Amino acid sequence: MNTAWALIILPVITGIISLFIDSERLRKNILVIVAFVHLFLVIRLCKGDAGELNGVWLGVDHLTRIFLSLTSLLFAGSAIYSMVYLDKHPQEDGSDLANWQFLKNRNAIYAACMQLFLAAMSLAILSMHFGLQWIGIEATTLASTPLIYYHRSRRSLEAAWKYMIICSVGIALALMGVFFLAMTATHHVELFTPAGLVLYAGYLKVRWLKVAFIFVLVGYGTKMGLAPMHTWLPDAHSEAPSPVSAMLSGGLLNCAFLGILRIYQVCVALPATAAFASELLVIAGIVSMGVSGIFILHQPDYKRMLAYSSVEHMGILATGIGLGGAAIAGAMLHAICHSLVKSSLFLLAGNILSAFDTKKVEKVTGLLKSLPYTGMLWLAGFLAITGTPPFGTFISEFTILRAALVTRSWYIAAFYLLFLLIVFIGMLTIFMQMTQGVQSEKPLSSGDHHRDDHDSPHKHTRKHGRHHAPAEEHEVSETVLQLITPVFFLSAAVVLGFYLPDSFRTAINGAATLLGGAIL
Amino acid sequence: MNSIATLLTLSCLLLLGSSRLRVAIRMVAFQGLLLGLLQLFAVGPGHLTPGLVILSITSIVLKSGLLPWLLNKAMIVSGTKREIEPFISFGASMLCGVFLLAVSGWIVSTLLETDPIASPVALTCGFFLVFSGLLLLMTRRKALTQTLGFLVLENGVFTTGLSLGSEFSTMVELGILLDVFVGIFLMGIMLFHIDREFDHLDADRFNELSDLEIAATVVEEADE
Repeated sequence: MNTAWALIILPVITGIISLFIDSERLRKNILVIVAFVHLFLVIRLCKGDAGELNGVWLGVDHLTRIFLSLTSLLFAGSAIYSMVYLDKHPQEDGSDLANWQFLKNRNAIYAACMQLFLAAMSLAILSMHFGLQWIGIEATTLASTPLIYYHRSRRSLEAAWKYMIICSVGIALALMGVFFLAMTATHHVELFTPAGLVLYAGYLKVRWLKVAFIFVLVGYGTKMGLAPMHTWLPDAHSEAPSPVSAMLSGGLLNCAFLGILRIYQVCVALPATAAFASELLVIAGIVSMGVSGIFILHQPDYKRMLAYSSVEHMGILATGIGLGGAAIAGAMLHAICHSLVKSSLFLLAGNILSAFDTKKVEKVTGLLKSLPYTGMLWLAGFLAITGTPPFGTFISEFTILRAALVTRSWYIAAFYLLFLLIVFIGMLTIFMQMTQGVQSEKPLSSGDHHRDDHDSPHKHTRKHGRHHAPAEEHEVSETVLQLITPVFFLSAAVVLGFYLPDSFRTAINGAATLLGGAIL
Repeated sequence: MNSIATLLTLSCLLLLGSSRLRVAIRMVAFQGLLLGLLQLFAVGPGHLTPGLVILSITSIVLKSGLLPWLLNKAMIVSGTKREIEPFISFGASMLCGVFLLAVSGWIVSTLLETDPIASPVALTCGFFLVFSGLLLLMTRRKALTQTLGFLVLENGVFTTGLSLGSEFSTMVELGILLDVFVGIFLMGIMLFHIDREFDHLDADRFNELSDLEIAATVVEEADE
C-alpha cells in the first residue's frame, strides 16, 4: 500500500521542486527519471501478490492494473519526447510568480505540471473512495490547464479557458452524483468504495443510484469527451503541445472513463440499475461515434482530426461497456490499444508540425518523401486507429461488434458499423492527402507569419527553407528520440493483435468480471 | 439551517439581477460566508468536531476572503465594471431565477414523496444555486461573470451535499475544497492573461477555435 502512496507523492514533490530549478537540463532529467521510477514502481505494484488490495482510500484491482500501467507507460513515452520538444522551444527569460502573470517561465511550468499531472492521474486511478477519486479527476484538470496554455498564444488561451470552464462544470455535476451516491449509502456502508457498495448493494435505493449514475455519466463523460459534452476536446487537444496531447488523449480520457466504470461497477450489482446504466452508456457511445464521424469528414486540421477520433474511440469504449458480455473485455483491450496508438499518432503529428509548421491538412503533402520514417509510421498509425487487421484495435472492435450481433442488438451493430465506416473514409482521405503526392514546399503563406498560434520552432529555420532543398532540412527534424516512442507503441499494438500475454489476459478478464462481463 | 438557506437563495436572486460586477462579487463572497456557517449548523451544536470547525473556517477564508479579493483585483486591472448586455436581460434573468426556484421546489417535493430528506429547504436551495450557476455561465458574456457562475454552481453542489447529509471524512472534504479553490484561483490568473491578450473579458468573442471558423479561414486562404 505504501508503494501506491509513493506513486502519488513522488511526482508531487519532484514537480514542485522543478518549479524552482533554474537549470533546464536538470529539470528535463528529473522529468524523465521520475517517469521511469514511476513506471518501475507501477510494474512492481501490479505484479505484486495476485490478490486484491482494498484499502479505505487506495486499492489495486484489475481495472487499476490496466489503467495505471497504461498511464505510466504513456507518460514515460511522452517524457522522452518532451526532451526534444523542450529543446525546440527555448526557455523565455523571467522568473516565476512575478507580477500576476505567474505562468511566465513556461518550460519550468511545463516540467512541473507534467509531473503534477502524473500524480493526479495516479490518484484518480488508484483511489477507491469515490470522494478521493473525484479529487483526483478534478486535480487532473487543474494540472493540465497550464500545459494546454503552454504556447501563450490567443488560441491556446481560448482552448485552456474553455477546457477549464467546461470540464470544471462537468466535474462539479459529477460531485453532485457522488453526493447522491453517498446519501443512499451512508447509513449502511462502512467503505465508500465500489467493492464496499457492491457488498451492500441490497440496501441501496434504486432511484437514487440511477440519479447518481446520470450525474456521474454527464460529469465524467464531459471529461471523457462523450458527445455532446465533448466540445472542449478538439480545442484542447489541438492547441496543446504534442506530448501533452498524447497524454490527454491516452491517459486523461481513460481516467475519466474509469470514474464512470467505478459507479457502473456498483450499478451492475442490481439488475434494475444494470439495464438502465447499460442503455445510457450505449446511447452515449453511439452518439459520440456519430458526432465524431461528422466532424472528421473534411476536417481541415489534422490535430483536430485526431482529437475527434478520440471522441469516436471513447464512444466505442462506452458502447462496448454498455453492450455487456464479451464486449466488456473487448472494450478493455480497446482502451489499451487506443491509448498506445493515439498517443503515437499525436507524437507523430508533433514531428509533422515542427517540420511543416502548419496544422492544415492541405498544406502537408508527400510526407513519405519528406519525412520518410514519420510518414511510414503515420500511415501505420492510420491503419491501427481505424482498426485494420494486423493491429490489436481490430480484435477489440471486432469483439465488440460480435457481442452486439450475439445479443441481437441489430440497430446498435448497424450504427456502429456505419460510423466506423464514415470515420474510416474521413481519415483515409486525410492521411492519403498528407502522405502521398509530391513533396510540398515549405508553407510560407502570409497568414502563418502573423499568427504565432502554432508550435513554430525557430523563426530562422523557416527562412532557411527558401534557400535549401526542403529534403535536407527535413532530415534534421527526425531524430531518434522523436521516433522511438511511436515505434515502440505501434509495435506493441501490432503484437496485441496476435498475442495477448497471460498477465494481460488475467487483468482484462478480471476487469470484465468486475463489470459483470464474460471473460475473453 | 433553514434561515441560512433562505439567505443563500435571496443572495443568489440578487446576483442574477445585478449588473455591477462589484456587487456580484460581494454577493458571492457573502454566499461563501453563509456556506461556511451552514456547515456548522448542519450537524447541530452537540456534534461539533475540531475537524469540522477547521473545515468551516478554511472554507470561509478561501471562499469569502481570498477568491473575491483576487476576482476584485482582476476586475480593477481589466477596468470592467459592469456586465454589459447579457444574452438575457437582468430583469428577465431574475424572473428565470424565480422560475428555477419553483422548479427546484417541485423536484424536492416529488423526492419527498418517497424518501425522507434531512432538510428539504436546504436541498431546494442547493438545486436552485446549481441551476442559477448554470444560468449565469450560459447567459453572461464576461469571463469574470462566468467564473462567478461557476463559484455559485460549486456552492450549490456543496449545499446539496450538506442537505442530503452525505458527509465524507474531513480530509476528503478539505481535498474537495482545495481542488475547487485552486480551480477558481487558476481561472482568476487566466482572467489576467485574457485581459492582456484580448484587451477584453468577453468570452463570447472567443471563437477562433470553432469548427466553422477554422473551415472559413481555410476557404479564405484558398481564395487568395
